[in-house]
Amino acid sequence: MKPAAFEYLAPRSVEEAVALLAERGEDAKVIAGGQSLVPMMAFRLATPAALVDLNGVSELDHARVDRDTLVLGATARHRSVQELAGLRERCAMVAEAVGLIGHPPIRNRGTAGGSIAHADPAAEWPALLLALDGEVDAMGPGGRRTIAAADLFQTYFTTALAPDEILTEVRLQLPAGAVGSAFVEVAQRHGDFAVAGAGALMIVADDGSVADARLVLIGVRDTAVRSVAAETILRGASPTDPVLDDATNAIRSEIDPVSDVHGSSAYRRRVAIAVARRAVTLARDRAHAAVA
Amino acid sequence: MDVTLSVNGVRRTASVEPRITLADVLRDELGLTGTHVGCEHGVCGACTVLLAGRSVRSCLLFAVQAAGQEVTTVEGLAAADGTLHPLQKAFHDAHGLQCGFCTPGFLMAARELLDENPSPTESEVRTWLSGNLCRCTGYQYIVDAVLLAAERMRGAP
Repeated sequence: MKPAAFEYLAPRSVEEAVALLAERGEDAKVIAGGQSLVPMMAFRLATPAALVDLNGVSELDHARVDRDTLVLGATARHRSVQELAGLRERCAMVAEAVGLIGHPPIRNRGTAGGSIAHADPAAEWPALLLALDGEVDAMGPGGRRTIAAADLFQTYFTTALAPDEILTEVRLQLPAGAVGSAFVEVAQRHGDFAVAGAGALMIVADDGSVADARLVLIGVRDTAVRSVAAETILRGASPTDPVLDDATNAIRSEIDPVSDVHGSSAYRRRVAIAVARRAVTLARDRAHAAVA
Repeated sequence: MDVTLSVNGVRRTASVEPRITLADVLRDELGLTGTHVGCEHGVCGACTVLLAGRSVRSCLLFAVQAAGQEVTTVEGLAAADGTLHPLQKAFHDAHGLQCGFCTPGFLMAARELLDENPSPTESEVRTWLSGNLCRCTGYQYIVDAVLLAAERMRGAP
């Protein structure tokens, strides 16, 4: 179908964008890459009266690694992240997750900020934000505020962002040291939304124990999930196969997958545990390789 | 709104509502019907064009958003004298199309792949093209055609 009519607004600065959004009220929507919003408009699930297009706001178009922080402006494409030199070596979890987002034409256009603001529970960026102690900046009529990942995602497609706020920047902390990480999904086709997916990161201490561990899951409940239970088991432990089994089995209590055409809730539960185990194993083996 | 684009190197202007996608402007306003519209929600890949050299779904982009930018469509692949692009020739030679509906999208996606990676493996071709749907060929001959084109383009002086 064709999208319904709307007023097109192309601000050149964040201030102008915020003012336009405030002026038009709740019937206005912000558009960045449009890879989720435009399909919703084509189905007329979304019929915004006005679109505030961020693509002409040059101050939002940046992607860089500042020491230990991955900094992404609101219009940084998935593709721009893939092109950051050395990112895969620095944090394989991010590089692998971004490579699993849609297909090349989607990655050329879609943005990290848009994916986070859209908050699809099966999307990769919200999980990366949770795993890497991320935060976002939001600009509204009242000024700028920073929202931590843990406070951002509320439920399906719902964040703490107010209707008159614009997500302007995303920041993720990339751990240094003997770190290994991975992102693993099971999907019907390469690039489709995952039946379930998992990202894992592990830092091993000199004595071989786990100094830090992160495990996040997608497609398994109303938001991306960071597994406190699994991380608690892993931290301080020796990362043997039985410990990894215990940790990934512990996600059971934290996930609540729905049944749909691609699989039942019980099936998704099993897939989630399997991809979590694969991701944690890869993270451990890569952390060991980083020590060696 | 008036939108001016550079399409296949030619400056074109159309007067369109903001809700009109780039795909519809190319077809209905500019008469470039080589870009096909399939699902209209970003799944099938038939409408793939290049925007500033990068593949995009032209059904997921409003034409007003492409203002001032360089768009390349399937009509821009062949040489001015009609000589087919090596990808087009390879699709012909390797039987990479049947009904032809999906072909423009595959050609443009493959064009970006070969621009960036002149020697893709079969697996890389399959992964790259996984966002394009074909209901006739079973994909095998499309993959063969892209590999054949890559080989010929590498061999060209």
